[in-house]
Amino acid sequence: MAQPPPAAVIETRGLSKRYRGGQLAVDGLDLAVPRGSVFGFLGPNGSGKTTTIRMLLGLIDATEGTISVLGEPIPSGARRVLPRVGALIEGPALYGFLSGRGNLHRYDAADPSADPRTRRARVERALERVGLAAAAGKKAKAYSLGMKQRLGIAAALLQPRELLVLDEPTNGLDPQGMREIRSLVRALAEDGTTVFLSSHLLDEIEQVCSHTAVMNRGRLVTQGTVAEMSADARGRLTVTTPDGAEAARVLKEHGVADLTVTGDEVTGELPPEAARRNEPPSEGARGPGSPGAGPGPDLADLNTALVRSGVRVRGFGVTRASLEDVFVSLTGEGFDVAG
Amino acid sequence: MSQADLAGSAAGSGTGPAGGSGGGTAPDSAPGAPSGRGTVPRGGTGRRRTSGLLRSELLTTFRRWRTVALLGVLAVIPVLVGIAVKIETADGGSGGDGGGPAFISQITNNGLFLVFTSLAATLPFFLPMTVGVIAGDSVAGEANAGTLRYLLVAPAGRTRLLLVKFAGTVVFCFAATLVVAVFALVTGAVLFPLGEVTLLSGTSVSFAEGLLRALAIAAAVAVSLTGLAALGLFISTLTNSGIAAMAATVGLLLMVQIVDTIPQLHAVQPYLFPHYWLSFADLLRDPVYWDEILRNLGLQALYTAVFGSAAWARFTSRDVTA
Repeated sequence: MAQPPPAAVIETRGLSKRYRGGQLAVDGLDLAVPRGSVFGFLGPNGSGKTTTIRMLLGLIDATEGTISVLGEPIPSGARRVLPRVGALIEGPALYGFLSGRGNLHRYDAADPSADPRTRRARVERALERVGLAAAAGKKAKAYSLGMKQRLGIAAALLQPRELLVLDEPTNGLDPQGMREIRSLVRALAEDGTTVFLSSHLLDEIEQVCSHTAVMNRGRLVTQGTVAEMSADARGRLTVTTPDGAEAARVLKEHGVADLTVTGDEVTGELPPEAARRNEPPSEGARGPGSPGAGPGPDLADLNTALVRSGVRVRGFGVTRASLEDVFVSLTGEGFDVAG
Repeated sequence: MSQADLAGSAAGSGTGPAGGSGGGTAPDSAPGAPSGRGTVPRGGTGRRRTSGLLRSELLTTFRRWRTVALLGVLAVIPVLVGIAVKIETADGGSGGDGGGPAFISQITNNGLFLVFTSLAATLPFFLPMTVGVIAGDSVAGEANAGTLRYLLVAPAGRTRLLLVKFAGTVVFCFAATLVVAVFALVTGAVLFPLGEVTLLSGTSVSFAEGLLRALAIAAAVAVSLTGLAALGLFISTLTNSGIAAMAATVGLLLMVQIVDTIPQLHAVQPYLFPHYWLSFADLLRDPVYWDEILRNLGLQALYTAVFGSAAWARFTSRDVTA
């Protein structure tokens, strides 16, 4: 690298897209994807994720705002940037009458920066990486959904890429395939490739992503590291006790908010400082969400206070919210797709 | 190999508004160019790699079962015409008296005339219909299958892809015409005698020169189809449905052919792309009557320029949502 690489691999400023019907699909998006991150891009159906991805890749023009990918403006710099970007957009698209291998040859020929002399070797390598080497000679129309998905990912891996944009890469894959793709994503990230990953599978984002952003109704609701986002999801304190009313009173005195008493269970939101202190170290956020926080001093104090007031405590603990809870709290419970 | 060379020259002579897109010897392809590993090659390499995309386009088109079927239908027509004429004249008659496509009465004397007859019979509808299918499907079909977005992020470049699509369609025009001509020639040679060719103006030329003129006629017919190819390409950039684009192109062809036969509309007829199609017969005169042939070429160039530009304007500015 001759020049210091820009800190953000993808950066958008006030990015908006209004479709001809007048519908505002993306509204004032300020996205910053740091170099080397695995960036989880979340949002319910119809929230503008795909429109954003298409704008990032120069497939559709922004109505307003600017985009920079790998330091180049999009769409004007697309021809210089896109050879360094691999993409899977809204599922794979293949020539059914060509073999899997033929499809990759076709896509590679479309890239003017791809050297035809190394094409054969690169195609075989990409097929191997996604586990399709054995089925490469079959016509693509005979492929299962999972195989098509793998071939789509292989097309994104034909050249060494600096950025991979993967729109729901594990869609249609069996659990084994999902694990393979996730470990492939991790391996690519370790090699220094920035991965921009959109997914509905929140545990997938929690497992592989270092950063995340959430969209809802065309707007960016939040973005940051996964650790920060999980930390925002303050755990809820749950006390199991036959003395519900008394417990609630004591907890309220100690700053626990949003108290609800149902049966013999009292739940409430811990005050922010207490929650942070009781949170496991942020590195843990990369692994699967750990239920319950370690015993911090505040929790111990709370428990002591309860017992001192004569509350009979049967159970006491913090249930840490999963990313899913955060997601739902940010985007709303509603099942209906935003119109 | 020769196929690719032919196509390469077709792409090079394209009259598209962005003819210089991939070309030019850009000085910034030096080793120290910005952004190390992702430098897009320019100049010579770029041009060679565009021919690589064209080769891929031709392989993709001609490996399709549909393309083979279209060419198969075109191959059958001259064989059928030849057999029909043979059966019709088996009793020693001289073939139909005045009816049927042009030159049909001369076939029994010289099999070479089957080439002219077949081209005259297929040019009004069959040949342009196959071109309409290929041209209409060229961009819209890729959009329909979703492969267009992957070609564009590869990145094929919109202008480059459009030029390749047009060049591929023009290659198909030549291939389709050649299929008709070659099958007609073979059928004619098998079923009828070959020999000196009597031209329309009455003079006779050697069989070799007749063959040469047949080749020129095939070329003229193929070039006649390029205007339609550009029109189909433009329609193809308007929609994400390959079927709709094919139907619209073929429908438009039929409509224009009908308008071309209505005497009351003679004022517009000289501007209709099929108006001078049958002028290829003038290549069989001695001396060759160039007037309408040149007018045909000019008209095809005009259609290519107008609809090529329209296709370019549309395709380079549209949102690819498929």
